[in-house]
Formats: sequence, C-alpha cells, structure tokens
Amino acid sequence: MQDFGAAFGLAASLLFNGDPVLMEIIGRSLAVSLGAVACACLIGLPLGALVGFSRFPGRRAVIVALNSLMGLPPVVIGLLVYMLLSRAGPLGFLGLLYTPTAMVIAQAVLVTPLVAALARQTVESLARDYDETFRSLVVPWRTRLATLLWDGRSALVTVGLAGFGRAIAEVGAVIVVGGNIDHVTRVMTTAIALETSKGDLALALALGFVLMLVALGVNGAVMALRLRAEEAGHG
Amino acid sequence: MITRRHLFGLTAAALLSAMGAGAGIAEEKSILVQSTTSTANSGLFDHLLPKFTEKTGIRVDVVAVGTGQAIKNAQNGDGDVLLVHAKADEEAFVAAGYGVKRFDVMYNDFVIVGPKADPAKVAGGNDAAGALKAIAEAGAPFASRGDDSGTHKAELKLWKAAGVDVKAASGTWYRETGSGMGQTLNVATGMDAYALTDRATWASFKNRGDLAILVEGDASLFNQYGVILVNPEKIPTVKADLGQVFVDWLISKEGQAAIAGFRIDGEQLFYPNAAPSGT
Repeated sequence: MQDFGAAFGLAASLLFNGDPVLMEIIGRSLAVSLGAVACACLIGLPLGALVGFSRFPGRRAVIVALNSLMGLPPVVIGLLVYMLLSRAGPLGFLGLLYTPTAMVIAQAVLVTPLVAALARQTVESLARDYDETFRSLVVPWRTRLATLLWDGRSALVTVGLAGFGRAIAEVGAVIVVGGNIDHVTRVMTTAIALETSKGDLALALALGFVLMLVALGVNGAVMALRLRAEEAGHG
Repeated sequence: MITRRHLFGLTAAALLSAMGAGAGIAEEKSILVQSTTSTANSGLFDHLLPKFTEKTGIRVDVVAVGTGQAIKNAQNGDGDVLLVHAKADEEAFVAAGYGVKRFDVMYNDFVIVGPKADPAKVAGGNDAAGALKAIAEAGAPFASRGDDSGTHKAELKLWKAAGVDVKAASGTWYRETGSGMGQTLNVATGMDAYALTDRATWASFKNRGDLAILVEGDASLFNQYGVILVNPEKIPTVKADLGQVFVDWLISKEGQAAIAGFRIDGEQLFYPNAAPSGT
C-alpha cells in the first residue's frame, strides 16, 4: 500500500512546518492526559500504597477489584462520565460536558485504578523489606506511607508513565465526553478517528506517527529528569 | 528532589492549562450544535461557520454524531440547536416539547455505491428499491450503518420498499457496521460491498478503493435536513437567544446562499430549500 510512505512523508512535513492546528491539538492532548495522570497519581498512589502495606479484612477483595478495574473499557468510562455530566445527569449543573475538563475527569477515572493497582504492587514488596524496621521503631502510618512512596519513587514514576500511556492512547472516553469539537475538545486520538472516518488514511496514520513521537518525547523527558536526579543524589 | 519538583510543576501546568481552556469556553459567546457526521465530515460546517461567526461574533461548537444519538443528546439538554436529517424523528422531537419549531434547511440525496465489478448488476439504474432487491437476490455483500442514524433509517425504508427482510440476513451478506458513514464506507471498500451513503460524505471521502456510484436519481433517495432550536421551556440551560440567531441565519437569504456556495471539486453538495422567511 502506498499509504505508508505517504503517511511518513505527511507526518514529517506536518511536524517540520509546525502546522498550527496540529500543534494546538498536540498541546491539548498533552494538557488533558498529563492533567488526568496528575489527578490519578494524587489519588491512586496513596491509595495503592495504603492497600500495599496495611492489613485489613477484605484486602484481597480490594486488590482484585483494583486489578479488574484496570481492564475497564474507555468507552464505558466515557459513557458513565457522560451520564454524570450531561445536563440531565446529577452533575449537569456544572456545565462541564464537552469541555477539556470533562476529558481530564474521564481519563483520570480511567487511569486511577491502573496507577493504584501498580502502586500497590510496588509498595507491597518494598513494605516487606521495611517491615521489621517500621515495627521496631513503631513508625506511625503516615510516616510509613510517605517513606514507602518516597523510597519507591523510581518505580512509581514508571507507574505514572504507564498511566500516561493509557490516557494519551485512548479515544473511547474522550470522544464521548469531549465530542471531538474542533478547536475546543479535539485531541490527537479523536483527530485520528475523524480522519479515518473521512477515508483519509494517510493523514490518519501520519497523526498516529506524530502521537507516537509525542509519547516518546514525554517518556524521554521523564527519563532525563530521573537520570539527573540520580546523579544529583550520588554527587 | 529535582525529579519531584519538576514533575509537579509539569503536571500542575498541564492541569492549569486544561482548566484554563475549560474556563475560556464559558466566557466567549458560543452555542453547541448537535449534528450529523455527513454535514461535519463533508466540510460544510468549515465553510459555513466562519461566515456566521464573523457576522455575529457567536462561536459554534459542533458535535457530529449519528442522527439518533444527536437527538438523544439534545433531549438530555446537551445542545442548543439540532441539525439532522430524519424528518419523522425531528417532528416527534418537536411534538414531545423538546424543540421549538422545525425548519427545512437544505437537501441533497443518497446514492448507492458499490464495487465496479457489480455482481448484482445494478449499475446505471435509478430504481433504488429495485437495486437493493437485486443485491439481496445476488447475496452480494452490503455494508449498512446499523446505528439508528438518519442514513440508516432511510436505508431501512428502502429495504422495506424492496420487500427484503434484512434482519434475517444480518451477518451473512448484510453487514451492519454499527458505526458512522465514513467508517461504513471504509468497511465497504475493504470487502467490496455495496452501501447507501449521502452524496456529501461520498464526495469528500478519500478511501474509495474500487467503489463507485452505481445508482442515483431516484425520488426515494431524497435527503432532507432540518434545523430545530431546543426548547428553553423544557431545558432551561439552552442558550435560546444565541441559538435562535443561528437558526435564523441558516434559513435567511445569506445563510442559504452560503450553503449553495459550498463546493467540492466544483460539485454542489447541499441545496438550500428553506421556506422564504416570514413563515
């Protein structure tokens, strides 16, 4: 198929020329997905860590629930958030449907279980190593939580990146709650869906390449920050 | 510490910008139009809306979904104006009190596209129901929207006229994609199937593969679009004043001329037919 070659060329020229519409869409994609991951981490990391190191009845059930929620289809979450935010829904008075904020909310709901489940795993193994120390020193739970999160930070950054990966790549939730409105709620994935439906497969694939580059850029930036932090720590 | 501070700064900035974008919408004068994929994907709105916005300062946000979903969204109060193409449903929408009044805006037509090899031998005809009957008899693959959209409803009406029970054939030669017009055409291209499409989507569709227009010109392929202001008495959050300005403009001389002026490769895709104002 000639579309592959055309798509590469198109992606290169779109990026090289700094196409303003494309830049706007990339910016919105990043803002929405990074915002969603930030919210998801604020809730998911402490939640996952708490489940990871504490012992309470029903803990296994909570773990199974968290792990299962990781598999929720984005379109189902989109639908749930749509029904909440719709004017006919319980939160309709906020007028948030078809805004970027609604997209942040939907992706945050999507990503929080993933972040919590992976953080639980990370913290649980770390907590085993620390268990004796904590017990002998009678450390209060808040300090335990902070210590475990801080000492597990390098693995938890990867957890955040996994969340970002899921958020930036999904289309099912944002197209329902955002509506794919030009210049308002159009992001990379909804733009790809739109161009596919117009039959412009080369442009759709080109946008796909650009999206992969954006994800690569974010992961590279985080890696660079981590390396710098490690160097600073050693120095 | 660098890691944490930088990450925090980055995410905070992202959050703020996302919220800023959200807040921006509330301040500007804008309306939300629930419409169909055919009008948005063909580029009609890209042609019309800048003219309207320039004149009135009102920004128009368009959510493009199937007619069935557009009506449902408007009933939920998530839209100020409805611009769709399923007259019976539109009239029911108004009768149920959700719409103020329905106006004809424009029309175009549906066409039957299919593979150039044409296994059902329907090319060149202008009898839509007859062509569908031939496709059914040949058992040739047919890609249907299957999504309760205006086009899907028009298609089902034609099958009924042809006396073919497509529900029974679903999954064999009759394939319901359950997706938008463009996606359905992509499927038709992929499996060399016949399909019913509105002319505007077809004209702007780029992945035609081996498909071509085979049947056109039947009166039963007529496709009327209507516009309705969502009723503020039923749904108080509707921006009735701004929405009314848009409806009035669409059916005004100026709006109608703008619709007629929309071309793709020199071909006019929508024909304005609003009743002269004053009715």
